[in-house]
Amino acid sequence: MSKLKLIIQREYLTRVRKKSFIIGTLLAPVGLLVYFLVIVGLTKYQGGGEIKVAVFDEAKIVGTLPDDRGVRYLPSGQKTLEELKTEVTGGQIDGVLRIPQLGSLQQKELTVFYYSDNKLAPEKSELIERRVAKKLRDFKIDSLRLDRKSLETLDTNISIDPEKITGEGEDDSKYTAGVGLAIGGIMAFIMFFMVMMYGQMVMRSVMEEKTNRIVEVMMSSVRPFQLMLGKIIGAGAVGLTQVVAWVVLSGAVVFLLPFIVDIDPQQMQPPVTAGQPAIDPEMAQGEALRIFSELGKQNWYLIVSSFIIFFLGGYFIYSSLFAAIGSAMGDDYGEGQALVLPITIPIILAFYIVAFVGVRNPDSGLMVFASLFPLFSPIAMPFRMAFNPPAWQIGLSLALVVIAAFFFVWLAGRIYRVGILLYGKKVSFKEIGKWMFYR
Amino acid sequence: MILSIQNVVKAYGNYKAVDQVSFDVPKGSVFGLLGPNGAGKTSLIRMITTITGPDEGAILLDGEKLNERSPEQIGYMPEERGLYKKMKVGEHLLYLAQLKGLSLKEANQEIDRWFTKFEIKDWWNKKVEELSKGMQQKIQFIATVVHKPKLLILDEPFTGLDPINTTLIKEEIRHLNETGTSIIFSTHRMEQVEEMCDYIVLINRGKNVLYGEVQAIKNEFKQNLFRIETSGDLPADFDQKFQVVSRPDGAVTVQMPDDSRSNDLLRYLLDHGVRITHFEEILPTFNEIFIRRVGETQ
Repeated sequence: MSKLKLIIQREYLTRVRKKSFIIGTLLAPVGLLVYFLVIVGLTKYQGGGEIKVAVFDEAKIVGTLPDDRGVRYLPSGQKTLEELKTEVTGGQIDGVLRIPQLGSLQQKELTVFYYSDNKLAPEKSELIERRVAKKLRDFKIDSLRLDRKSLETLDTNISIDPEKITGEGEDDSKYTAGVGLAIGGIMAFIMFFMVMMYGQMVMRSVMEEKTNRIVEVMMSSVRPFQLMLGKIIGAGAVGLTQVVAWVVLSGAVVFLLPFIVDIDPQQMQPPVTAGQPAIDPEMAQGEALRIFSELGKQNWYLIVSSFIIFFLGGYFIYSSLFAAIGSAMGDDYGEGQALVLPITIPIILAFYIVAFVGVRNPDSGLMVFASLFPLFSPIAMPFRMAFNPPAWQIGLSLALVVIAAFFFVWLAGRIYRVGILLYGKKVSFKEIGKWMFYR
Repeated sequence: MILSIQNVVKAYGNYKAVDQVSFDVPKGSVFGLLGPNGAGKTSLIRMITTITGPDEGAILLDGEKLNERSPEQIGYMPEERGLYKKMKVGEHLLYLAQLKGLSLKEANQEIDRWFTKFEIKDWWNKKVEELSKGMQQKIQFIATVVHKPKLLILDEPFTGLDPINTTLIKEEIRHLNETGTSIIFSTHRMEQVEEMCDYIVLINRGKNVLYGEVQAIKNEFKQNLFRIETSGDLPADFDQKFQVVSRPDGAVTVQMPDDSRSNDLLRYLLDHGVRITHFEEILPTFNEIFIRRVGETQ
C-alpha cells in the first residue's frame, strides 16, 4: 500500500472509531428529533390557560363574540361596569372588556379597555383586538349599507411570475426564487459548517502530532507533504461520512416523526395575523405541489456535481490553511488564536455576504465577486447556483477554486514542513512568510 | 562506508546550522555523533534521515545519494519521541512498519518476533496511553528497528530509560551491531561514548571539530600521564627527577615527556627499591576531550 493511502487510512479509521464521532453522528439526528418535539410542544402550548372575559359593550356594536383559542367571551347582561369589576376581583371572571362609544363611522382608531389586575398576555390581547376589529368592520359595512359581496371583490392577491424573454430554459414561477433560496441557503450552510468544523479538526490533529512528538518519527518515514495531505483527505472523508450518515439518519427521523407525534401542519405555522386570511389546507396542498415541481425543475445534476467540486475545493483550501497554522502553533492553543483568526474571517465573511446580500439579491455585484473569489466562492457559488447564474461565471468560479485549492495545499505544505519541526518558538506571520522560501 | 557526509551545508536564513561538514561512517561501526546543545547535530540527523535536504554538499547512504527509498534503510529514534496515544500498540507498530516499506505480512511477523523477544505479547491490544513511560520506550525501540534498517540513528537513546530498560536496549543495540547494523549514536553522555563507540565526530557551531577512531583520538589527546601507587615513601629526589602533576592521597601522577619513556619511570622506582602497588597510564576521558575541544573552538 502506498504511504499516502496508509496515512489516509489511519487518519480515517482512528477518527471514525472514536466514541465521540459515533455518539455525535448518532445523536445529531436524535437532537433533530428532540428539536422537532420541542417545537411541536411549544406550538401546542397555551400560555396561561383559558381566560373568561365579560364584554361590556357601551357602543352596542359587538354583541356576542365567538370564543377564541384561550379566550371565552361572556355577555355582560344587565350588570354595570362596577359590578363586573367586583366579579373580577371576586375571581368569577378574569377581566372586563369595555367597548366605548364609536364617535362616527369614519373613526379609524378605537381604544377598547380591559379591566383586570392580571396582565393580559400579548397573544390574547392580539386575539381580542382582531375579534373586535372584525366585528367593528361588519358593523361599519352594515351601517354604511355596503354590499359585502362587492367589498370582497376588492381584495386581489398579486404575485409576480418571472418570464424569460429569450425563451431559454424553463419558465420560472413565483416559487423559483424561494426554492432557490432554500436550496442555496442549505448548501451554503453545509459548506460553512463543514469547512469550519473539519478544518479545525485538521488543525488540532496537526498540533497534537507536533506536541506529541510523534511527528519526527513520522517525518523520517514519509514526506511532510504526504502526512499533511493524508491527514486532510482522511479528515475530509470522515466529514463526508458524517454528512452522509446524518442525511440518512435525519431522513429516517423525519420519516418516523409523524408516527411518534401527530402534528397538525397548521399549528406549525406562525399565528395568523389580522387581515391575512389563514392558508386554507387545499391551497396549501397545491402550493406544496408547485414547490415540488419547482424542486424538480432545478438542474440537480449541475447543482450536485458542482457542489461536490466546490465542497472539495473549499475544504482543501481551508483545511490546508488550518494545517499550516496548526504546524506553526505550539501546544498553547490560546496563543495560537491570533493565527487562526485570519483564516476564519474569510469563511465568516463569505457566509455573511450570502446571508445579508445574497438573500436579497443573488446577482448583485458583491455576490458575483464573492462567487468568483476562491476564498468565498465555495460558500457563495453553491448558493447562487440555484438562481441560474451565467454559465461562464460557474465555469470561471470552478476553475478558480480548483487552481486555488492546488495552490493553497502547495503553500500550506511549504509552511507545514518547517513549522511542524520547530519547537519552542512563538511564531509570527512574518516568520511563516519566510518559511515559504526555505529550500 | 555505510554513510558519507560530504561538505554538507544547511542554513536557516542567515544562520548556518551545519557548515561544510564532512565525515564517513564505516560499515558495521558504532559511530558517536557528539556536540553541545545547538551544535547542529539535529540538523545533521534530519538531513541524514531525509527529513530535510542539505543546501550544499552530498550525503551518500551505502554509496548511493539519499533518495525516496533511503528512509526504508534507516531507523531513527529521535530524542523527543512520541506515539499516537489513542492507538493500539499492535496497530501502531504495524502502521509505522508499513510506512517503512514492510508488507502487512512482514510487519506482522517482525512485530511478533520482537514481542516474543521482549515478552510483551499481551500488549498488542493495549492502547499506547495505557502503557507506562518505560513500556512506551520499548515500543519506540521496536518501531525504530522493526524494518531491519542498515543504519540505525539513535538520538540520546537512554534518556528517561530506567536501568533495566537501558541494559535491555543496550544489549539489543550491541546485538544488532554484531549482526551488521551500523549505528549512529548521538549523545551528551561521554561515558557511553567510551563504552559503545568505535568512531566519533564532534560537531561544534555547525563545524566538524574532531573526527576519528575512539582509540586514536584518546591517544592523540593523551598527555603521557602516569599514576603510581606505592607502599612506602618515594625516593627523596623523585620530585626533581620527574614532573609531578598531582599527589592525591598516596598516589602520584607524573607527566613524562613522551609515553615511550614510561619504562624509565618504572626502572627508576625499581632501582630505588620502591614497592609498586599500582601503575597505569592515564588516558583522557572523552569528557575532557569534549570540553577541551569545544572550548578551543568556541
